[in-house]
Amino acid sequence: MRTEGLYALSSWSDMAYLLAPRVFLVFGLLILPLVLDMYWQRVLCAAGIYALLAIGFDFLAEYVGLVCLGGALFVGTGGYISGLLNVSLGLPPLLCIPIAAVSGALISTIVLIPCLRLRGIYFAIVSFMFPLFAVFIIIALGVFGSTEGISALDLLPNRWFEQYIILALVLASVFSVRRLVNEDFGIILRGIKDNDQAVRSSGINITMYKVKAVFVAALIGCLGGAYLSHLYGWLGLSLFAMDFSILPIAATVMGGMGTLVGPVIGAFILTPMSEALRGFGQLRVVVYCLILIGFMVYKPEGLMNYLERKYHQFERWEKV
Amino acid sequence: MDIIIYGTVNSVIFALIAVGFTLVYGVSRVPNFAHGSIYVLVGFLTWSFVNSFHMNYIPAIILSLGIAALIGLVIYRLILIRMRGMPTSEIIASFAVSLIILEGLRMQGIAGFKGFIGPFYVLQPFKEGKINILGVFVDYQRLIIVGAGLALVTLLWLFTHHTKTGLALRAIAQDEQAAMMLGVNSDRTATIALAIGSALAGLAAVIILPLGNITAETGYRVLIYALAVCIIGGLGSWAGAVLASFLLGFAMKISTALFGAVWESVVLVGMIILILLFRPSGLLGKQKELEERV
Repeated sequence: MRTEGLYALSSWSDMAYLLAPRVFLVFGLLILPLVLDMYWQRVLCAAGIYALLAIGFDFLAEYVGLVCLGGALFVGTGGYISGLLNVSLGLPPLLCIPIAAVSGALISTIVLIPCLRLRGIYFAIVSFMFPLFAVFIIIALGVFGSTEGISALDLLPNRWFEQYIILALVLASVFSVRRLVNEDFGIILRGIKDNDQAVRSSGINITMYKVKAVFVAALIGCLGGAYLSHLYGWLGLSLFAMDFSILPIAATVMGGMGTLVGPVIGAFILTPMSEALRGFGQLRVVVYCLILIGFMVYKPEGLMNYLERKYHQFERWEKV
Repeated sequence: MDIIIYGTVNSVIFALIAVGFTLVYGVSRVPNFAHGSIYVLVGFLTWSFVNSFHMNYIPAIILSLGIAALIGLVIYRLILIRMRGMPTSEIIASFAVSLIILEGLRMQGIAGFKGFIGPFYVLQPFKEGKINILGVFVDYQRLIIVGAGLALVTLLWLFTHHTKTGLALRAIAQDEQAAMMLGVNSDRTATIALAIGSALAGLAAVIILPLGNITAETGYRVLIYALAVCIIGGLGSWAGAVLASFLLGFAMKISTALFGAVWESVVLVGMIILILLFRPSGLLGKQKELEERV
């Protein structure tokens, strides 16, 4: 075994050893659109959205200790804001998506602030209620197209752009969140997860840090949602559907919690699988959950940790 | 008068729904997100025992409660036992179990019961008819609910304070290590808690479901109600749970009367948020729980 940083620069083969998985991931994702046909390219876009949500979930659950069962809240908020900006003000999608991501993240964070004092199971259930609650409100007030939704939003320019933008977003989020959690900010967050009283007694305002962390996760989620509404040119109550909350969780558990890359891999495995199960309708959720429980019980470390361990066990000799 | 009587009935319904959850989580710290799904499952099971297998009502209920307890036991023994002490995993796993049961029921149903075809699956009430109380007509089923709810809460209080098993349940909630030193088998106790909790969810289902249709969506609502009562009342405190049920029951009844049924859930979430802002440990929660949650 060796530590990553110190030996990495000692030789070309060592550098290659460290870079290979990363390069494999980046180029693997970038090549995918070129080899897939039209239908699976669409699936790829959906997988990208789930991957974004899974990164957000993993970040909140493993680094901040907030298990958010309501990922659909982020998708819905981002999607609705982006779609409404597009329809009512006529802004182009490329402007709507970033605006919607930031303002949606702000709104979701403000909505979640009162719950940030909760931990564990309490936060989980309250966050699970928010998407349901949003659906109730939209139906009750009859706003935003009510139950029918709004169709005929502007689409993204072309399908290559569609795919590469989401892949770029996924890669950017993975690497930037990973960098974030290794900074001081991430250390404090992990401290909050493990022992918040100790962090508090060091004179650090834990709520402020939690708010920032939720904002980061919400930003990633809203970005996915805003992109989604322009991908299909449609927005409706199904943006708050349970799929957006559950599949990312299953992907995270499958890929390995706390690895940030694992969830992405999990999402790119699970989404095509769920597409293949489309005929079963809502039973898909049952299948995700079975996979989820199977992984939790038999392989709690997840794919990514397993692969990483195996990769580090390759025998390599260096000439000194 | 209308509001007082129906508010009371509503409150007792909340209490009935929440007791199982309070017993399992508040008392022995095992989050059981499958609570709502077991509630619905028992409704489905009882219906199909009565209508597809032509059993009598009472044996059907007893049988399905037994099955519910068994499911609780299996959930703990097969799944939750492997992730004890890791709250994140416990939550996700039990929530996944809940989704498997609910979505499976919604699509497939069981034994002649097709969950998605019609809204016409109803359990028959124990006793038909209505009675006039101070000018308001109340059907007997609602009176039975009130009686059963009050009796159940009292029995559970006695159980957790005066029997050996009940004391063991509270012991592992307060300090697992110390309880184990005194000879309490923590896994066995948690298994018992989950089995009893599931049976209680089922009992609530057979008492309450005759008031309306059985649908899979009810499961999510039940889970949310149970948690709302738990959050507002404070952990592990029976008095808090009862107080919270009454608060929620009346608040929702009054808001329905004033603004219409759609605002029910708004009031629910609003109350949770208010309580969390001003009393994060719940109405009757104690200092220990404050550390637990804030």
